[in-house]
Amino acid sequence: MSNTGHDTHSHTHGASVEAAHGSHDASHDAAHIAAHVGAYVKVGLGLLVLTGVTVGLSYVDFGTREMNIIVGMLVAALKAGLVAFIFMHLNGEKITIWRFLIMTTIFVMGLFFLTYLFHADPISGTSHSTH
Amino acid sequence: MFNTILKYFPFFTDAEVPHTVSARPDTGLYSAKVGIWLFLASEVMLFGGLFSAYIFLRIGAEPGYWPSGLLNVPVGTANTAILIISSVTVVMAWASLKMRQLAKYKFYMLITILCGAIFLTVKLSYEWPAKFNHFGVFIKKESAAKYEDFLGNKHLQDAGQPPRWEISGHLLDAPKGSSYSEQAVKNAEHFAHETHRHDFVTPAEDDYVIQLDPINANPSDKDNDRPHFVPRPLSDKVAVIKASDVESASVFAPRHSTYFATYFLITGLHGLHVLGGILVFLYLWLPFKGGTKLYNSNPEHLANRVEIAGLFWHFVDLVWIFVFPIFYLL
Repeated sequence: MSNTGHDTHSHTHGASVEAAHGSHDASHDAAHIAAHVGAYVKVGLGLLVLTGVTVGLSYVDFGTREMNIIVGMLVAALKAGLVAFIFMHLNGEKITIWRFLIMTTIFVMGLFFLTYLFHADPISGTSHSTH
Repeated sequence: MFNTILKYFPFFTDAEVPHTVSARPDTGLYSAKVGIWLFLASEVMLFGGLFSAYIFLRIGAEPGYWPSGLLNVPVGTANTAILIISSVTVVMAWASLKMRQLAKYKFYMLITILCGAIFLTVKLSYEWPAKFNHFGVFIKKESAAKYEDFLGNKHLQDAGQPPRWEISGHLLDAPKGSSYSEQAVKNAEHFAHETHRHDFVTPAEDDYVIQLDPINANPSDKDNDRPHFVPRPLSDKVAVIKASDVESASVFAPRHSTYFATYFLITGLHGLHVLGGILVFLYLWLPFKGGTKLYNSNPEHLANRVEIAGLFWHFVDLVWIFVFPIFYLL
């Protein structure tokens, strides 16, 4: 891989310990990756099964519509977690990325909180048959 | 001047971009990884805003004004599976590059691109058009009793279900001057051909005539209290509805209801993301200088590009994981 002469792992100036170790990708040697491949397929199959579970559970009566929504969202959150942690490599991702995500979470929660405030002060014309 | 501008878009120049492969000492990451996650953070805010609009409108909807069971669940499920499979294949494409297996990379990337294309084709050539030919009228509350045979509100009340104000199906005849007249004529021809009935066109000029969905054909049937997995065909029953009894009437387009407004907005924006992903994958798959040709000079760089595009693709999959249940199932 190093016939470009620039921007290779051998060229990290040794400025910091992290750089000297190379990016975390460098540790992904072929054997390491090969071990991951099996996990990717398994997670994919798991996601397909969970999709079936989501569909199946939506036809089960959990008492109220709200309960069904909560159950559906829990399964969706599980699926989203699998995608984020395994496919998007968030397990073992650098702290910089996690900082971004923590801030994003805070801001998104703020956004949803604004929606929640609707209960306290509904905008007229939105809480009726606004179809 | 031009060069100054270009300086900020090194993609179009031969300028060397630092840290396309090696980690930046301070972040421990190659730079594109930082970039894509910042972009995805902004995407979370974009879709977060739309999802909160969905929640807002759904909570605010008066009983009976948030529909369920209007979308084709088997088709939606298949499309969900296709996106999941493409998420697996794109990560396999990346892994193949890391293992320096170019042929395998090309194979997995091709599957990914095809999956994305199938997803979009199903949406645009089947799911959306089917909605655009489906018609619904909301009955004024004070007139609802007249249409009890199609609404079944007595039964719904006994069953503890929200009321029903809508009568839907295929429009066979529209009031004079309606912009849906042309569509009605087409549907009427089809209906006459299928059932050998021609008696549905009413002499009155201000009526909607609708070939009913099964739910309106037998609204008091317990079987209709919960949505069905496999959508059932339209019934042969026809309803005639006076325009003066109608609160609003339209095809299942964004204007129809807050449900369809959010459905088309969110799935439309999601579809645009799928399209964007496909285009980027095509670029990385074809022998462009920044595509597969890059493999010869710097395979690690290509692997990183695929990882970045893959991260975007997984995010698009992740959004769909929420879109699917909230519109199709719950």
